[in-house]
Amino acid sequence: MADFVGVDFYEMDEMLSDEQRLVRDTVRKFIQDKALPIIEDHQREGTFPISLLPVIAEMGLLGAHIPDYGAGMDALAYGLIMQELERGDTGIRSFASVQGGLCMYPIWRYGSDEQKDEWLPRMDAGEVIACFGLTEPDAGSDPSAMRTRAERDGDDWVLNGVKYWITNGTLAHLAVIWAMTDDGVRGFLVPTDTPGFTANQIKAKYSLRASDTAGLVMEGCRVPEALRLPLAEGLKAPLTCLNEARYGIAWGAIGAAMACYDEALRYAQVRVAFGRPIAGKQLIQEMLVECVSEITKAQLLCWRLALLKDEGKAHPAYISLAKRNNVAMARNTARMCREILGANGILDDYQTFRHMVNIESVYTYEGTHQIHTLIVGQKITGESAF
Amino acid sequence: MDIIVCVKRVPDVAEAEVDIDSSGRGIQLGTLGYVINEWDNFAVEAAVSLVEAHGGKVTAVTVGGEDDEDVLRRALAMGADEALHLTDPVFEGSDSFGIAGILSQAVADIPYDLLLTGAVSGDVGGGRVGPMLAAMAGIPHVCLATELSVEGSTARVRHEVEGGLERVVELDLPALVTVQTGMNEPRYVSVLGIRKAGRKPLRTAGTAEIGLDPDTVGPAAVRVRIDEMFLPPRGEGAEILAGNDEDTVAALVDRLRQQGGI
Repeated sequence: MADFVGVDFYEMDEMLSDEQRLVRDTVRKFIQDKALPIIEDHQREGTFPISLLPVIAEMGLLGAHIPDYGAGMDALAYGLIMQELERGDTGIRSFASVQGGLCMYPIWRYGSDEQKDEWLPRMDAGEVIACFGLTEPDAGSDPSAMRTRAERDGDDWVLNGVKYWITNGTLAHLAVIWAMTDDGVRGFLVPTDTPGFTANQIKAKYSLRASDTAGLVMEGCRVPEALRLPLAEGLKAPLTCLNEARYGIAWGAIGAAMACYDEALRYAQVRVAFGRPIAGKQLIQEMLVECVSEITKAQLLCWRLALLKDEGKAHPAYISLAKRNNVAMARNTARMCREILGANGILDDYQTFRHMVNIESVYTYEGTHQIHTLIVGQKITGESAF
Repeated sequence: MDIIVCVKRVPDVAEAEVDIDSSGRGIQLGTLGYVINEWDNFAVEAAVSLVEAHGGKVTAVTVGGEDDEDVLRRALAMGADEALHLTDPVFEGSDSFGIAGILSQAVADIPYDLLLTGAVSGDVGGGRVGPMLAAMAGIPHVCLATELSVEGSTARVRHEVEGGLERVVELDLPALVTVQTGMNEPRYVSVLGIRKAGRKPLRTAGTAEIGLDPDTVGPAAVRVRIDEMFLPPRGEGAEILAGNDEDTVAALVDRLRQQGGI
């Protein structure tokens, strides 16, 4: 079968720079050559394809948008990277989002120079894997209800609490932990070999199977003051990190949708029913047109959002709108494409079902669909409905 | 050590369904994507890693239109130091001899120790430009290299010869080597490399700049004309096993047993 060439109904390639196109095509080829041949095995086994990490790091995809320590790519190029990674699998994109958007970003933005120099180069090189600990078993959409505490004890902090749904949790060498202190929420860089720190994999998942999801337990976990992020004060800090990651997710969702649409279109063109390819049937065409329309709209949203982001004008509500719209779009697209694939659509010979179930996680994580509705709602009405 | 590596952007036909165009002399390009010629990718890797080991400079060269610049940016992102885009409306429609002439004229002004090309290109697969270029430049060449190392002013090359044999030869530099796939493991372009590539020199030149007689290139100068292109006729003796997986696998195992395959 011919290689994936993307979905570009509105000839948006013309709006990309040579540099952006080259980044996109390079990641696309990497996914085609290295990720797709192994991803279904990892899906079945419920393991993250860690063997891809050295090349992902060598390509500079982890800190691609971090100035000075990573490649410092523009927002559009970064978005295209996320799109192509998720075209492979949501687990691969999630790994990169967490490492770059949720972990390197706060160290770069809120860390001391010593912390940056110590961690960012090794994180960019993939030598240090990190995870982001904000969500708790009983505090998801409302992180202010977190129970994890950090108590000052001389020059140290002592952390106690549980974090849950943590991507990269058992793979991580470093955990960025957000904990309540007497002065409000603070961020801590906790090496995962710190006594009192344990990570337990969450295994029985239907979705995001090729991703490492864990629960983190901290019992009397002692870290020095030098490992607290000095510039992170209050809940705004982790929420700003989430904004970075959500931006990438809005792009990633396009990748997942493209993968499904591409597969369904090719299938419809060769699958014959009643004497001709089903692509020539009105009911199928309607579904394909719906998919390509929604993908195209999502692309335009992200394109504009990228330009706003580089100008420093991407309001969090703009990012919420794109995450909300694009993930819902990918969810619908995946389901329609599954229908077009008929019974074959439930097999793992095809990738659509894998994307379809992955998107269920994305629909709920990094701000549920509903939370993003409320963020946009508050922005346009001025009324908080949380 | 200075290396010039010739690269080409080709339609990606490796796994695509290919159809003949209405002229009957080419293929329908339609929705085909474009990529760096696979063999050239190995040549760029060879050039970049040799220069990393020995010092010097890699210059990537291509002949083509505006869109073909992509392939040079890619070579720069992989680690080439400079690029030369040979572009002129009169170049269009040249045959291999014409292309080799353009390249030989252009490289005459650039000091080099080694000229690398892909062994063939993924679109036509003629494998002619490399040897022609070597002849025009008056330098020794070897084709289908699977290993390449340089010591002093000598290149040591392992290359494929007919009958599945391989040979190791030594060439005095400057020399031209055409690179076979599998010689190395081409690196993935890094995003940092792509950023750096934007700041590296990329020069364009046409007939005037390289001092080439325009009458030697383009359709009028073509010495080999394509008469017809066609898809291979459907072979006989092929059998397509129908049915569900279980039946077809059983039938296939049966056939292989009968034919002595297993």
